[in-house]
Amino acid sequence: MSAVPTSEGAAPAPAHKLAFFPREDGSRVPYEVFSSQEIYDLEQERIFRGPTWSFLALEAEIPKPGDYKSTFVGDTPVVVTRSEDGELAAWVNRCSHRGAMVCRNARGNASSHSCVYHQWSFDQRGNLLGVPFRRGQKHMTGMPKDFDPKCHSLRQLKVESYRGLVFATFSDEAPTLPDYLGNEMRPWVDRIFHKPVEYLGCTRQYSQSNWKLYYENVKDPYHASMLHLFHTTFNIFRVGMHARSLPDATHGLHSIITVTKNEEETSAAYKQQGIRSMDDGFRLEDESVLGHVKEYDELTTNHIQTIFPQLVIQQIHNTLVARQLLPKGPDNFELIFHFFGYTDDTPELRELRLKQANLVGPAGYISMEDTEATELVQRGTRRDPKATSVIEMARDNPGQQDSNITESLIRRFWVGYQQLMGF
Amino acid sequence: MDKMEQMLLWFELHSLQERYVSVLDNDRLEEWPTLFTEDCEYGVIPKENEDMGLPVGVIWCNNQRMLRDRVVSLRHANIFEAHSYRHMTSGLQITPVDADTVDMLSNYVVVQTRANGESQVYQAGRYEDRVVRTAEGWRFQKKRAIFDTSRVQTLLATPI
Ligand code: FES
Ligand SMILES: [Fe+2]
Repeated sequence: MSAVPTSEGAAPAPAHKLAFFPREDGSRVPYEVFSSQEIYDLEQERIFRGPTWSFLALEAEIPKPGDYKSTFVGDTPVVVTRSEDGELAAWVNRCSHRGAMVCRNARGNASSHSCVYHQWSFDQRGNLLGVPFRRGQKHMTGMPKDFDPKCHSLRQLKVESYRGLVFATFSDEAPTLPDYLGNEMRPWVDRIFHKPVEYLGCTRQYSQSNWKLYYENVKDPYHASMLHLFHTTFNIFRVGMHARSLPDATHGLHSIITVTKNEEETSAAYKQQGIRSMDDGFRLEDESVLGHVKEYDELTTNHIQTIFPQLVIQQIHNTLVARQLLPKGPDNFELIFHFFGYTDDTPELRELRLKQANLVGPAGYISMEDTEATELVQRGTRRDPKATSVIEMARDNPGQQDSNITESLIRRFWVGYQQLMGF
Repeated sequence: MDKMEQMLLWFELHSLQERYVSVLDNDRLEEWPTLFTEDCEYGVIPKENEDMGLPVGVIWCNNQRMLRDRVVSLRHANIFEAHSYRHMTSGLQITPVDADTVDMLSNYVVVQTRANGESQVYQAGRYEDRVVRTAEGWRFQKKRAIFDTSRVQTLLATPI
């Protein structure tokens, strides 16, 4: 392997790699991965157009034939639609004529899509239906004789749905979607999506920081009680909690973090809390925001599951969200919180879900700090691309999964990232 | 209602609106919940959800206690960059429902200035309010800030 010395006298970086990770276990990450345009462009090729499945929508967002939604795979604009036969399709939103965006709406219902520029029209699967003046008019010549509409469809993606979550891939190399999710992750997806869901709307947040900083954040249970002070401030006891931090075994890019109440210990603690409430300090006047109706086998208060590269499935108390993470250049990302409930929710449970939406999203009591933190990292690291982070927590115990004082999932993520990127 | 009464009513409600934005723009957050009734509803809702009849917002409170909780949380728990708002409102329309209840509609723009001194249009939208006459004067029974600016830049701490 050839290497060139760097001017700073740091460890030599192999000449053919854009980023150099000085350790193999993901515990040192060069800051250039958060700001380099070249690395960002390579991510679009190797990750978002590589052998991965990107989350596009909940099926519940496009329930009827003809329903569509504009979204992205990485930063490529795509449209996901449901065709007349009920099947899902997705195509790149770039006209096969001269490149205009065909679909200009965020959402809608249409039996066909036509480009405003010269009115080429496409069916719901992106096949070219018609070209105005194809055969010319009067003495004016139309398209050449060898013009074959079948060769000029919109670029089509492979689309699959798993339990109502719609994913797409550009790559023929991608495994099937269930294999891509993997044995460790599927039971946790099944846990949340065990019955039909209803889409309740979305909120959007824009952060001036790199998309991978958000991935680090949602794989980082260590920050939860340090950065988010809501529970501590309001004297809300969180004892008898059982933690889990599980990576996906194939490539380490997906993960799940859970925090689960031990129901007996918790009720004892609440009695104590009653006594403690005589103390000074703050109390919530309306505690229903932290109410919890048991819906699954375990009384898990937090389920934070990342499905690489653009989905985070979240259950916090009774709020349910599919967060879609979209990169917008090296320095920005958009985060879209797709809230949902179950179709059989009682009115009371539905109201609780809406009330608990106050916990998460752009104004969330226990989440608003996350984008603040990722922006601080972006601003702090921009001038030092070759410097690295130090990701050591629980490094001596890589197999430990029943802890939330760990950075193991972040290290696993970076190892998987290096493999995909060829770093 | 004669012309004079109508003008007087508009003036009173306009004053309520001015007081509302003054409280938010001048860091008197503790006063903010006092402008609502106890059984109030307050929401900050993306227009895209409102247009589709979907209920989710970035903030949703259905009583005054939740508003006070939000203020305590902002003052003592949440971490965010220091910033200030300047609300510009316009186009106040009032529709009396009965002697003590009025619906209000108006536009707002919030300019946010962050710690680096840069000011940006942070949010544009409309208020859809219902106000009621109480012993303390007019109070919001319902206030919905429906925002056009679909993406929230970084985070939303101070209410709209
Ligand atoms: S660019 Fe679309 S029809 Fe010409
Ligand atoms: Fe967080």
